[in-house]
Amino acid sequence: MIKQLDLKTSVGKTKIGPKSQDTGFQSKIWKRFSRHPGAMIGTIVFTVLVLAVLLGSLSPYSAVNSNVLERLQSPSWHHLMGTDALGRDLLTRILYGGRISLAVGMMVVVITLFIGVAFGAVAGYAGGWIDNVLMRITDAALTLPSLLVLILISSILREIEMPFFEKNNVVTIAVVIGLLSWMTFARLVRAAFLTLREMDYVTAARGLGASHLRVVLAHILPNAVGPIIVESTLQLGYAIIEESGLSFLGFGIQQPTPSWGNLLSNAQENFIKYPWLAIFPGVMIFLAIISVNYIGDGLRDAFDPYKVLSKVGEV
Amino acid sequence: MGQFIVRRLLQAVGILFLLSILFFILVNLAPGGPLAGYGGARHLPPEQAVILRKQLGLDKPLPVQYVIWLAGNDWMRVDQSAVASGTSYGTRRGILRGDFGFSFQTRQPVLTVISERLPNTLYLMVATLLVALAIAIPAGILSAVRQYSFFDISVTTFSFAGQAIPDFWLGLILIIIFYAWLKNPVTGDSLLPSGGILTIGVPFSLLDALQHLILPLATGALGWVAWYSRFLRSSMLDVIHQDYLRTARAKGLSERVVIYKHALRNALIPLVTLFALDLPYIFSGAVFIETIFAWPGMGRLYYQAALQRDYPVLLAILIIGAGFILLSNLLADILYAVLDPRIRYS
Repeated sequence: MIKQLDLKTSVGKTKIGPKSQDTGFQSKIWKRFSRHPGAMIGTIVFTVLVLAVLLGSLSPYSAVNSNVLERLQSPSWHHLMGTDALGRDLLTRILYGGRISLAVGMMVVVITLFIGVAFGAVAGYAGGWIDNVLMRITDAALTLPSLLVLILISSILREIEMPFFEKNNVVTIAVVIGLLSWMTFARLVRAAFLTLREMDYVTAARGLGASHLRVVLAHILPNAVGPIIVESTLQLGYAIIEESGLSFLGFGIQQPTPSWGNLLSNAQENFIKYPWLAIFPGVMIFLAIISVNYIGDGLRDAFDPYKVLSKVGEV
Repeated sequence: MGQFIVRRLLQAVGILFLLSILFFILVNLAPGGPLAGYGGARHLPPEQAVILRKQLGLDKPLPVQYVIWLAGNDWMRVDQSAVASGTSYGTRRGILRGDFGFSFQTRQPVLTVISERLPNTLYLMVATLLVALAIAIPAGILSAVRQYSFFDISVTTFSFAGQAIPDFWLGLILIIIFYAWLKNPVTGDSLLPSGGILTIGVPFSLLDALQHLILPLATGALGWVAWYSRFLRSSMLDVIHQDYLRTARAKGLSERVVIYKHALRNALIPLVTLFALDLPYIFSGAVFIETIFAWPGMGRLYYQAALQRDYPVLLAILIIGAGFILLSNLLADILYAVLDPRIRYS
């Protein structure tokens, strides 16, 4: 529906024709992407965030060790974002917390991609009763009140001792969030596979003796990559917000490991007197999500074959 | 259509049954069981724990507990040695007959606990959604009608930002601004209260209620406004360039009639179904907002139940919540078919 809309609405304003030189699919996508101002700014902001987070260890302060002499200082040249109740430099904790939050986000994307693509590809390619069973499972998963289930599972997991899944570390939280959010991928990939598997080139590949696995991985999947990439960026945003929400409630990443969410949760105790504790972690979450969403928006336009270049990012 | 609804309802019953098993298993996975969080006292004396276990029916194997939860125990003999001597029929009637058991924390029936909290959540959520729609619908329409105008770009940018602001952060920021920084010029107190639904110990006044409502409502509404305005804009743009609108204009109808009568009606169809899909939130509430603003609603009830391991309350909210999601999905499909005659379900 949205694709159609773009086609119809922008037709009047476009200059198709001599200007668009055909220099291959990828460069075309890049060209479209780079003309989307929101997406470009988003890319820059997100890159800066990732770099800052990676360079966090250059900070002269420790992210976990307390320093009683410097408790609750307001932002200054020494502590750009102030210090927390244990005297830890907030900027340092935010940078380390960013590693955790972004790592959870990216792991969720990988997990949901893995489950969702597997589900969707098998369902769409096989069809018949397999499709039916897999899609009913997807439907059932979509009826879960996901935030409530997320709270429940993580509240349980934070008390269980298990190898790899101890005490709500990055992996645990990512797996829990991932298990509850692969469904969009499954539907998306299935829809793409349903149309693609009927194409002549697929029949040709089969006729040439390619195995089902090869057809799926080498011939169909690459053609479904556009929507998958777009959805991945959106998923990254959701995952970051869900991790911070969980940690905010105290069910996510546990202290003293910082994450953007549990920094906010910590701030709750005395944020009225020390507002910087609440302001900065939230700004980071906001910047990460809005930049990722704009990148996703730009990618959606770039991968949309009907989309014609326009000045404003389409919804 | 009738057949379609019946089939979907039967499917929903099946899914709910499977979910009830899943939820029951999940809830019972916590190490130490519900007694670990009982009454806030983490370490009960062992002899008391044994009695309590029996009273709450936790001494039985899990499958038996599940059957009792689902179908009650008034049809089977139960060992009553924890309360009286001998055996007699149980008193539980099971969720199938509307008995969700007793809260482990307050010992009240779960339905009583829920019925105390639900009105507060309904009040907050209905108000939030109404305000959100009242802002989002005009914004979405105007933004589509004047595509690429300054107004449109502002709305689009705002909706991107609105969707990226986590509500748990926005809530804190609004408290900082309106509770800590801004003062009421007359009394010198904080401009708005930082939480609660009414001032305790003061006779009810509408002004007091509104003051308590503003911040949680604003926190919740921002995301909805962003989401609905963006959605309506794109569905409006979808309609605006269709042929039947050109026909309407060619007939000489005024632009006003064309937009508000011909275009809007069709553009609202997807919004109505989207709204139907969001209805479950009216039941389950907003966990973050209710937690931040100490709002005594369903979301906070669930959060507290998760902290205290109040299994009957957790299970009730989960299963009723899932039921609402299933019903609203069905409602959305029905509305879609009713509003758009091109859609037929077989």
